[in-house]
Amino acid sequence: MGRYFRRKLLIYGITFFIAVTINFAIPRLMPGDPVARMLSRNAVSNPESSEALRSYFDNLFGLDVPMWQQYLNYWGALFQGDLGVSIFAFPSSVSSVVLDALPYTLALLLPSILLSWFVGNGLGAMAARNKLLDNTVLPIGYLFTAVPYMWLAILLAWTGGIILGWFPVAGGYSFALLPAPTWTFFVDLVQHWFLPFLSLFVVALGGWAIGMRNLVIYELESDYTNYMQALGAPQRLVRRYAFRNAMLPQISGLALQLGVVVGGALVTEAVFAYPGLGSLMLNAIQNQDFFLLQGILLFIVIGVLLFNFLADVVYVLVDPRTRLGLEGGQS
Amino acid sequence: MTTSVTPDADVIGKRSEHLYFALRNPKVVIGLTIVIGLLLLGVIGPFFLNNDPNEYIGPKSEGPSGDFWLGTTYFGQDVFSQFVHGLRSSYLVGGLGAVIAFAIGLSVGFTAGYRGGIVDELLNMLTNVVLVLPALAVLIVISSYLEVRGVVSQGIIIGLFSWPWVARAVRAQSFTLRNRDYVDLAKLTGKRAPQIIIKEIMPNMASYLLMSVILLFGGAILFAAMLDFIGLGPTNAVSLGTMMQQSMAWSALHLGLWWWFVPPGVAITAIVGSLYITNVGLDEVFNPKLREM
Repeated sequence: MGRYFRRKLLIYGITFFIAVTINFAIPRLMPGDPVARMLSRNAVSNPESSEALRSYFDNLFGLDVPMWQQYLNYWGALFQGDLGVSIFAFPSSVSSVVLDALPYTLALLLPSILLSWFVGNGLGAMAARNKLLDNTVLPIGYLFTAVPYMWLAILLAWTGGIILGWFPVAGGYSFALLPAPTWTFFVDLVQHWFLPFLSLFVVALGGWAIGMRNLVIYELESDYTNYMQALGAPQRLVRRYAFRNAMLPQISGLALQLGVVVGGALVTEAVFAYPGLGSLMLNAIQNQDFFLLQGILLFIVIGVLLFNFLADVVYVLVDPRTRLGLEGGQS
Repeated sequence: MTTSVTPDADVIGKRSEHLYFALRNPKVVIGLTIVIGLLLLGVIGPFFLNNDPNEYIGPKSEGPSGDFWLGTTYFGQDVFSQFVHGLRSSYLVGGLGAVIAFAIGLSVGFTAGYRGGIVDELLNMLTNVVLVLPALAVLIVISSYLEVRGVVSQGIIIGLFSWPWVARAVRAQSFTLRNRDYVDLAKLTGKRAPQIIIKEIMPNMASYLLMSVILLFGGAILFAAMLDFIGLGPTNAVSLGTMMQQSMAWSALHLGLWWWFVPPGVAITAIVGSLYITNVGLDEVFNPKLREM
């Protein structure tokens, strides 16, 4: 078990290091000069004041020292939780802007990921033992996995929001309300949350159902199943064993799928103008706010790594082979 | 399938046997028909619609009609013309992204799986790192720094970040194949490693490789559509994703211009879904256990 965790933690550590390095390197290696673009956006025509502004920004963003020192400073600032200043929301710091948006994204992601995982696995396991169900679950599952996240979101907003008028199509809560711990506000929040949640839930559902179906069928053809059937074990018991074995790849699949779902959440939020990280990212891109953009990327990477680690812990709890240091969980 | 004709195994080789079953598998036939049909529309269509897809040619916000098959946008652009041009760029991005990701995944996977040892450790580490990175977020950050974005550059960066699972699977497969007798024999005859990999190992997983290219292709199309939708699409071309982005930006939703945002999504879903279904069908073709005869 120790070896398993050491390997995983090493990988996560390296991933974090590389993500931070990418974050540091991209703006400095890419063609174009963000500060120059910012100056041109402010339309400073006087060369003297332009020069003064330039050195002010260079100083503010720490661009006036050698590259290796910038890199060290970057790491130093990172560990103090300082991700720089947002240009889009100028005086506020990147971390505070991101932390404001984070609860919305988490409220969308966590329920949709977990619910679609549970429901999808259940459906897939049922489809594996029922021909009729199989013939409906499989095509619908492939359809859902092929749908682009934002298109499903657009369709849901169009049908549920515009045509039926049941749900609001934009924002995290009505502008008429102020955030307050009241019942009306809470209901309003849930109403705005529902459609983005539904679209994320539906897109992920198909993949889990198909994966589970294939895994259960595979397990039902394995040697231990034949052996148990030869011994005369009841069908229910055999299926339960198959299901439990098929769960393991699905748990590691959950961790691997996370990056994709986070990407889906970003575009889904963009459709509904839901005030999470996705809309923030959109704003950052439109305003060329690179510090904010990088801060968001860093938060996403940290979140994905944490969740991956959590999945590893669950995997060890569920699969005794990893605990005993036998083969099993692939590192 | 209810065909009673069985191919004469002595006359017909393995390759044509696969072709025989592929052409009789409804999933493969239907899937490929849709994919190739839309491809032809995207390749040939623009020659007949000899106008710039962004040209303002018609009345504004008009529904589908005989003149404009899919209606016009808020600005009076022909949606069908945009759609056809968008199909073309979607296929281009998908193909390019798939080829690049496949090439990287193949080389990393074979090198790691065939060499083993420290090389494998390092490459496996790299694979796992890229696998954990949230690809779309990284792609968004990278493309937001590119001032001029084209279909080609988009395909390249998508390819650079979607290879890890291919590498992982290829590595696992070559692990099991590299200790076979025929590989040892090839080594004894003095063949070099790349030659052994190409001549001896690759043919044994050809079916798997074909299927992974198909999945990469679909994945790259979806990735490109999401990037385009965020507003990081090609600056010089129309794509299905930018159509959706434009329609949302000019509130087609509230104006009820459904013909603007429905067709691009239908096309992407049809392409990617057909690719997945083709893949399932091909699985049945290559794996005789799954054939329903």
